[in-house]
Amino acid sequence: MIRIDSVTKRYPDGTVAVDRLSLEIPDRSITVFVGPSGCGKTTTLRMINRMVEPSEGRILLDGADIHAQPVNTLRRSMGYVIQNAGLFQHRTIVDNIATVPRLLGWSKQKARARAAELMERVGLDTALAKRYPYQLSGGQQQRVGVARALAADPPVLLMDEPFSAVDPVVRKGLQDELLRIQDELGKTIVFVTHDIDEAIKLGTMVAVMRTGGHLAQYAPPAELLTAPADEFVEDFLGADRGIRRLSFFPSTGLELQRAPIVAIDADAGRLGARASADAPYLLVTDLDGRPLGWGEPQDLTAGSIDPARLLSYGRPFMPGRDSLRAALDGSVLSPTGWAVAVDGEGRAVGVVSQQVIGAAIRTAHAEGRDDARVGG
Amino acid sequence: MNVLNFIHAFFSDSSHWHGYDGIPARVWEHIQYSLEALGYAALIGLPVGLVTGHYGRGGNTLALIATAGRALPSFGLLVLMFIWLGFGLLPVMIPLVILAVPPILVTTYEALRSVDPSPVDAARGMGMTESRILFQVELPVALPLILSGLRSAAIQIVSTATIAAYVSLGGLGRYIIDGLYQKNYEKVVGGATLVAAMALVTLGIFWAVARLTVSPGVRRS
Repeated sequence: MIRIDSVTKRYPDGTVAVDRLSLEIPDRSITVFVGPSGCGKTTTLRMINRMVEPSEGRILLDGADIHAQPVNTLRRSMGYVIQNAGLFQHRTIVDNIATVPRLLGWSKQKARARAAELMERVGLDTALAKRYPYQLSGGQQQRVGVARALAADPPVLLMDEPFSAVDPVVRKGLQDELLRIQDELGKTIVFVTHDIDEAIKLGTMVAVMRTGGHLAQYAPPAELLTAPADEFVEDFLGADRGIRRLSFFPSTGLELQRAPIVAIDADAGRLGARASADAPYLLVTDLDGRPLGWGEPQDLTAGSIDPARLLSYGRPFMPGRDSLRAALDGSVLSPTGWAVAVDGEGRAVGVVSQQVIGAAIRTAHAEGRDDARVGG
Repeated sequence: MNVLNFIHAFFSDSSHWHGYDGIPARVWEHIQYSLEALGYAALIGLPVGLVTGHYGRGGNTLALIATAGRALPSFGLLVLMFIWLGFGLLPVMIPLVILAVPPILVTTYEALRSVDPSPVDAARGMGMTESRILFQVELPVALPLILSGLRSAAIQIVSTATIAAYVSLGGLGRYIIDGLYQKNYEKVVGGATLVAAMALVTLGIFWAVARLTVSPGVRRS
């Protein structure tokens, strides 16, 4: 555990970057510092590996002051990832990743073997090992940056706006990858970003900071969305708080209906039997059970259903994996107002109406079932 | 008679190829003076440039020294040193070193200042010592520029080392000065041609050194 104990950073010109900050960073979780520029989030991160020395207060790592050990020993025990990756352009990818193991005195061979292992872990093709940084894309370079930070298997990982300089699609990929790696490795990650969505997506705990180095709120993301401490936090969270909060409610409990699902080769009797007042539309699937689209029962003629004339089924969600947000989104996207649930192979396993999703949302609120993190 | 005829006459005269005043002996003397001067200049310029560049301090002082060094006329300095110190290699070395230090010092400083700060920040954050950061992160990236500083210093030394002949020493300057005195223009042109050839060889050597020492990851830029 990292404990920041009433830490202040004041520069010689009188600027206060961080003002009496106190908080505890739990082990094996992602703690995100988020805030506008000049809020002291990067300064706070850099004080943890002593790139910046606090003016007052202290920082404890597992109960011991971080000044108790030599500065370079401390830094070698913490992975460090920065915005533009900061790769060494004169070294190959594999040697970049092997940097800290080599500093720790590993043999070249062992360090390179470890580096190759990490390339796979962060989703890099090992064929890139002998390339130089300039031959890689921004996203690939950032993966190398993460691999380099993880190379010596440090318990702590400090990440300073690591994904800010890549485009949104690549950024999402990197975020998902980080969550996957974190599931496997369980590091204590301190992550700095100015992007509140990134904070909410990645953080187990989120520290919202405001200009002048003040801590505005320190809470799990769902709590942040439910109960922002003040107007600043609320403004910073932006619109759609309610919708975004649904990301934290699992879709597992939704009551799915199987009846309105028909295969494209269904006969007239079957088409007639499946329609009901309850479910005015039928979801037509292909022969493997993958959804094709919605149709009104009277428009569907047995044996000659034209998939091109069916209504869009929106974006299907996976019960259990996806959240209520994904389910609601699916139902809003579909002109019928029904969301389609699919299994891992993309086969329709049920459909659910907005009314049922709405009821589930109300139940979830009532139960305060917002501690479990789900994707989507 | 044109210059090419002079060159041809000089190099085809077999008496110019041996003895203490022969081409091999004079070239070898010239190489020795040049290497020695470049060695001293690098010994002063490189460490000072590396350290000031790494810490980013002293840039103004360096610029001042460089301007002063460049403003000193090598020939005048040679005569002054000769009067002071008398006969020997030292009065020749001093102006040559003073000529060569500024390009080495200033380019090394600038080369280190122009290194991208983010790998340096990453290296420091990973727990590299300052000397490792300097030699393993900054130097390899700054190397092409540092070599270019050494190269221009070397070329200036090669062409200026001819002044050694004014104080009765050897080197390729001998041909030029003696030739002028004897009104033997064949000798003058021959000596000048050899100096130019040595400057070109120096260029070639630095090109080869850069090929061998600069990482392909850095070289592309």
